[in-house]
Amino acid sequence: MMGLDPALEWLQATSIATAIRENEILFPWIESVHVLALVMVVGTISIVDLRLIGAASRERPVARLLREVLPYTWAAFALAAVTGTLLFSSNAVNYAGNGYFRGKVVLLGVAGINMAIFHLFIGRDVARWSAGGGLPWAARAAGAVSLCLWIAVVACGRWIGFTIQH
Amino acid sequence: MHALERLSAWLDHTALSQIVKDNDWIVPTVQTIHILAIAVVFVSALMIDLRSIGLIATDQTVERVSARFLPFVWWPLVVLAATGAVMIVGEPPRSLKNPVFQLKMVLVAAAVGVTFLHHLLARAHAGAARAAAILSILLWTGIIFAGRWIAYYA
Repeated sequence: MMGLDPALEWLQATSIATAIRENEILFPWIESVHVLALVMVVGTISIVDLRLIGAASRERPVARLLREVLPYTWAAFALAAVTGTLLFSSNAVNYAGNGYFRGKVVLLGVAGINMAIFHLFIGRDVARWSAGGGLPWAARAAGAVSLCLWIAVVACGRWIGFTIQH
Repeated sequence: MHALERLSAWLDHTALSQIVKDNDWIVPTVQTIHILAIAVVFVSALMIDLRSIGLIATDQTVERVSARFLPFVWWPLVVLAATGAVMIVGEPPRSLKNPVFQLKMVLVAAAVGVTFLHHLLARAHAGAARAAAILSILLWTGIIFAGRWIAYYA
């Protein structure tokens, strides 16, 4: 992280980052909101993934399920991103150097790419997928990949807490 | 609190507790599974609650949405109890005697009770079911917050 070091040092010297680092209750409060948000992200995405795989909500058309669940996923993701950034800022240099943190960022990126591929290509004619019928194999694969990625994201997130240096 | 004190001390010296303490990977692994199970329970309860309030899936009956999501509220509770038990065995005094942990257990009991009540009320009384739905969201949120705070309250 040589090139990024000055930026990371600047970030953790900002007044917000310093406050989170030095205040006893700020970090746990922000972390609690982060957990609530990520639980909503992973939970709502798993509803979609399990539908794509064909394991749950099979009587519900995929397009309709996406419309009713994804707004909550995005709202929760925004909250998780903001709170995650705040937590990161409090100890930016060490987080950036942590292997599990880096792994988590990469996995989030791959999950984003998987989602983009689904929306742009695999699910382009999602409106025509009928309820109950079998889905294209690519849609099932996208659901399975997404599920695995988010499980790994949660695992990395938890391992950061046990390996981060202060 | 005397019995709790003894239970905590006894658990602390069991072979199982020693295994959890000696293997660094057990606690983060179990916590990861715990969080994933919470995600399933929380969002499944949330979907039923939001349907009761009238915010999602209004083309389906409350009964239909409940039938779809209620199994995903109940069976992960077994996973939560099992993974929670491993965490308790690994650090009995920090959990059993922790007021935040005790609060969390009260909230869990209340959330399970409200979920049952919600299920019973759904057919008979829409207004009461809506109140139960809002209470359910608040309780599960409180459970998640309390869960995180156990680690900070020592």
